[in-house]
Amino acid sequence: MKTSGAKKSSAFFVGSIVAIVALIFVALCAPWLAPYDPNEQNLRLGLQGPSLSHPLGLDKMGRDILSRLIYGARISLYVGFVTTMTCLATGTLLGTACGFAGGLADSLLCRIIDILLAFPGILLALALMAILGPSITNVIIALCAVGWVGYARLARGQTLVIKEREFVGAAKSLGGGARHIIFHHVLPNLMAPLLVQASFGVGSAIVGEAGLSFLGLGVQPPTASWGSMLNQGRQFLLIAPHLTAFPGLAIMVVVLSVNIFGDGLRDTFDPRRV
Amino acid sequence: MLVRTRPLLPKWKSLVMLRYSFRRIMVLLPTVWGALTLIFLLRPLIPGDPVDFMLGETARQADRDIIRKEFHLDKSIGEQYALFLRNAAVGDLGRSIHTRRPVMEMIAERFPATFELALGAMAVALFLAFPVGVVSAVKKDSVIDSGSRLFAILGVAMPNFWLGPLLIIVFSIYLGWFPVAGRGGFASLVLPSITLGTAMCAILTRMTRSTMVEVLGEEYITTARAKGLGEFLVLVKHALRNALIPLITIMGLQFGGLLAGSIITETVFSWPGMGALLISAIQSRDFPLLQGLIAVICVCYIVINLIADLLYAIAAPNIRLSGRE
Repeated sequence: MKTSGAKKSSAFFVGSIVAIVALIFVALCAPWLAPYDPNEQNLRLGLQGPSLSHPLGLDKMGRDILSRLIYGARISLYVGFVTTMTCLATGTLLGTACGFAGGLADSLLCRIIDILLAFPGILLALALMAILGPSITNVIIALCAVGWVGYARLARGQTLVIKEREFVGAAKSLGGGARHIIFHHVLPNLMAPLLVQASFGVGSAIVGEAGLSFLGLGVQPPTASWGSMLNQGRQFLLIAPHLTAFPGLAIMVVVLSVNIFGDGLRDTFDPRRV
Repeated sequence: MLVRTRPLLPKWKSLVMLRYSFRRIMVLLPTVWGALTLIFLLRPLIPGDPVDFMLGETARQADRDIIRKEFHLDKSIGEQYALFLRNAAVGDLGRSIHTRRPVMEMIAERFPATFELALGAMAVALFLAFPVGVVSAVKKDSVIDSGSRLFAILGVAMPNFWLGPLLIIVFSIYLGWFPVAGRGGFASLVLPSITLGTAMCAILTRMTRSTMVEVLGEEYITTARAKGLGEFLVLVKHALRNALIPLITIMGLQFGGLLAGSIITETVFSWPGMGALLISAIQSRDFPLLQGLIAVICVCYIVINLIADLLYAIAAPNIRLSGRE
């Protein structure tokens, strides 16, 4: 690999970490960072473009877009992390247990995975939101219901491979029980690919929440979510494009950062790949 | 000594291939059945009385009775399930609550629009990814290469519901080249196709580039060059053909993702397809329509994946999936 290529990739990787840390900081310190109350309306000044006092402009109700963007980061991060952590935990648990046990449990899990994978993208999440009704918790439930499958599949596949390795056989012959083997041998080796998957998963969950909110099925007004801000922006594309430009830019930057971070993680764990 | 130099059957028609295809098709039925079961289970998930959900709480008793009968809510859940499966198998997906028309009819009406959009997106993806990926690989590390890699990364990170409105702002409102929304004529297909196809295009560009880089490093390319074959001919006769195969098959595998993406794209552009119908069914709480749409979209997705899987196995016969099941 050329040195310049390697230097460029690591620059991007560091950049992505900085962006993610900045995002977490912004989300945590929202009440102190946001210049205005995100729900404070100023109907007379509605749809005003970017200005000195409101750098990103105002939305239809005259609410400051910058402040709403900052508070929206909280929603996105909250949904992104909680969903990913839950899916990671559930998927790893089920995948490892069934992969290790084999037999009926394993076949059953495989069937369930196949069935869930028969639903493209957000279809099942959409259906669940339609039934359960819009709220942040339901968004997390819906996204988790769909998202755990990827981790389960990965965990199961890796468990099957690791099960056959010599050190597991050695541990068994030394008297190691299933629990010991799983926790001390299988899981540590699973961590790397699962973490890579999880970092892409965060981006996926954030876009999922934004998409559901965009369709009106996620976070409800007046709560600020990047997706619902884009939804409102749709109605005013002609006269107020700034409503659309900034929330979408935020989403793109976040997804870009976690993707680059995930790519970097993957390269770190497997330096053979170019 | 007589030696048979050509196999009796072309590789892809071999017995292993047929057995694999058969197995793969056999898995289709249980998967469809499982998906339909999950779709059926959506109704019991409705909190509270499903009739309240569908008609609202102020509905007249007469209407409630009609719905109760249509959904066989007076029967046991086992009977409801059996009836659901039996009806689905013959294509009877019930009637829409709001239009009272058969769901299948309403879906069939919208199908061509979604199909057209999907084809448009695939065309955009293919006709952009292939040339850009090839040039990117041939002129590695050039400006074009860096540009295409940047585009690949951005294309995946940009959500549909942002790219669409952005394109509308620039090309419809500001430049006036294309209509803002709706379906009618070729011009109206352009922006929605670009929106839907960008993510796939980004993935394909990346993949074409890496495949071409790999192919160009192969020995037969060096041989062809050593034979004195002009660079252009080397490219077209040997490299392109081998790069095209995985490209087409990956496209098939990604095609299903277009179905999911179309839901948002159709909403953004008011494109009268199945995705837009799905959203309006959700908003109007039209449960039979919603259920029917999900079922149809799923079955399409499963069938498309099956075809793509088989194509992939034909095109890359070395990648035989042994013991995967």
